[in-house]
Amino acid sequence: MTRIPATFAALRSRSEAALIPYITAGDPTLEVTFHLVRELARQGADLIELGVPFSDPMADGPANQRAAERALQSGTSLARVLELIQRVRPLVSVPLILFSYYNPIFRYGGERFARDARQVGVDGLVCVDLPPEEADELKRETDRQDIDFIFLLAPTTSVSRARMILKRARGFVYYVAVTGVTGVRANLPTELDDMVRRIRAISPVPVGVGFGISSPAQAAQVGRIADAVIVGSAISHVIETYAQQPDLVAQVGAFVGDLKRAIREGATHSLSPLAEVVPKTQT
Amino acid sequence: MPKLPDARGHFGPYGGRYVAETLMPALIELEQVYRTCRRDPTFHRELRALQREYVGRPTPLTFAANLTRKLGGAKIYLKREDLCHTGAHKINNTIGQALLARRMGKSRLIAETGAGQHGVATATVAALFGFDCEVFMGSDDVVRQAPNVFRMRLLGAKLREVTSGTRTLKDAMNEALRDWITHVATTFYVIGTVAGPHPYPMLVRDFQAVIGREVRRQIARQEGRLPDYLVACVGGGSNAMGLFTAFLTDPAVRMIGVEAGGLGEGHNAASISGGSVGVLHGSKSYILQDETGQIRDTYSLAPGLDYPGVGPELSYLHDQRRVTYVTIADEQAVAGVKLLAETEGIIPALESAHAVAYAAILAPRLQPEQVIVLNLSGRGDKDLSVVARHMGLDEQSAGV
Repeated sequence: MTRIPATFAALRSRSEAALIPYITAGDPTLEVTFHLVRELARQGADLIELGVPFSDPMADGPANQRAAERALQSGTSLARVLELIQRVRPLVSVPLILFSYYNPIFRYGGERFARDARQVGVDGLVCVDLPPEEADELKRETDRQDIDFIFLLAPTTSVSRARMILKRARGFVYYVAVTGVTGVRANLPTELDDMVRRIRAISPVPVGVGFGISSPAQAAQVGRIADAVIVGSAISHVIETYAQQPDLVAQVGAFVGDLKRAIREGATHSLSPLAEVVPKTQT
Repeated sequence: MPKLPDARGHFGPYGGRYVAETLMPALIELEQVYRTCRRDPTFHRELRALQREYVGRPTPLTFAANLTRKLGGAKIYLKREDLCHTGAHKINNTIGQALLARRMGKSRLIAETGAGQHGVATATVAALFGFDCEVFMGSDDVVRQAPNVFRMRLLGAKLREVTSGTRTLKDAMNEALRDWITHVATTFYVIGTVAGPHPYPMLVRDFQAVIGREVRRQIARQEGRLPDYLVACVGGGSNAMGLFTAFLTDPAVRMIGVEAGGLGEGHNAASISGGSVGVLHGSKSYILQDETGQIRDTYSLAPGLDYPGVGPELSYLHDQRRVTYVTIADEQAVAGVKLLAETEGIIPALESAHAVAYAAILAPRLQPEQVIVLNLSGRGDKDLSVVARHMGLDEQSAGV
């Protein structure tokens, strides 16, 4: 069993949802990312998503766009992200997932990417603009290297299409909570718990939920219905706020610690009516 | 040549659908609706009526007698897309997409624009059909194409100024895609060129192909033969595909795509001449990128060509050696504006002036009985202040 299923199996035995913080690698520098990855793991991150910055991130809102700009400014590339993972991999045990647009990987070369990613210890890949119709070529390479290719589902995905995608799923499936780009939202869609429940009912792999989740209360709310809670833009905001401060790593760590505690404590943190109606079950 | 694209939107290795999952169902639906419309005589009747009575088609094929005499070589014909309503070929496509949007029950159109011509053409059909309309435009382009900005506002469209990235066409397209991801249920994204995810490269080509179909009929009447050369500027490539498509199976007709050479090495927008294969804005094609796969900044005096990608079918036709690509620098394009203005009394758009400038190089090398058809894709009114400044005149003394 690769690291990702093992992690979910352990969490399931504790009836606990995973927290997956997302940070853009190289924001504000790769050196800071090195320390952030270790801090996130210490603060209870169960898996960590590292974004590969791209000049034209069409699925990202302003917070992650600016994070990518800062990362590119500091000279980050896919090759340097892989070097960073090689350095930090022996120091953390959590699964590390790359989150990338396709072009940097295509340019690097799919086969070479999968081989190098495996070698440095990448566990999974989310390629946000590579739907199953175009993914075969790269997925063949990541499958061969035992890297979990993680597909996305969206609120616009029909049930029959979801079945087609889930048939190919590995690691977990990433459910996009909102019809929109990444970014902080005041409220999550009211139909979210229904959607997640329906996907979990037909999914052979755990279901992670991301996009728009930004507060500990929202994380707790999603933690009760999903197998994993993914938080990105809100962390990018913290990084942006403290980018020039000596306590940047501690501040991000404190925020992620709050998110994890909220998920663990579940109901007590949530102001949402979901708390009363959704039993904490794990399938 | 096989019928392209294939069922999954590929032109050989190019094209496809590289988008966030949120958009996939909308693209699949759009493709189904379009394929139905393509077989529907009612759709074609309505499209033809609008082309005739609203756009002003067929546009003339003008023999440029003075220019031909001055250059001393092949006969040059101008396909007068500058005479379309709104002043450029862009409306051929927006009329078609507006019909699709209406059939799909959408209430809002969005568009990206560089030179502002596609923005104006989208705002125009939005006014005609009663859609809400928002146009995304890079803030640098808002400054250099001010007349078109006002035209869009006058037509009732809302302008969304894009300040991210390089503040030009590619960033406008990023922002339009983000808006579409967010409002996909109510909104129809009117892409302005033969790029983007499948089915856009196919349907924009089909709507623009009327240009080449008319040229075929017109040149047969005027010359009794096929042209030897077709020349068109290539940014995203919609006017080029519009002219070329009807001639792709005639091996005797040579095709030249003129890319923006800008200021030369490192400061241009020549995706095929100077780029490499990559994925941008939903399709695989030649793009301008660095060695790590980041999209490079582009430059051209012509905002409609200032884009780091090109339609996937044009990349395929390059690999097949069916279309030859050349570059024309800013300087040459401005000279092309003056040349056509002074010889024929026609002021071309800076984009189209790239094609004029190349025709001026090509014609003298050919025999007098040979024929060049040049796509005059748009009129130059929008560029007057840019051209004046480039010629060393301040706007006041130029009177613009």
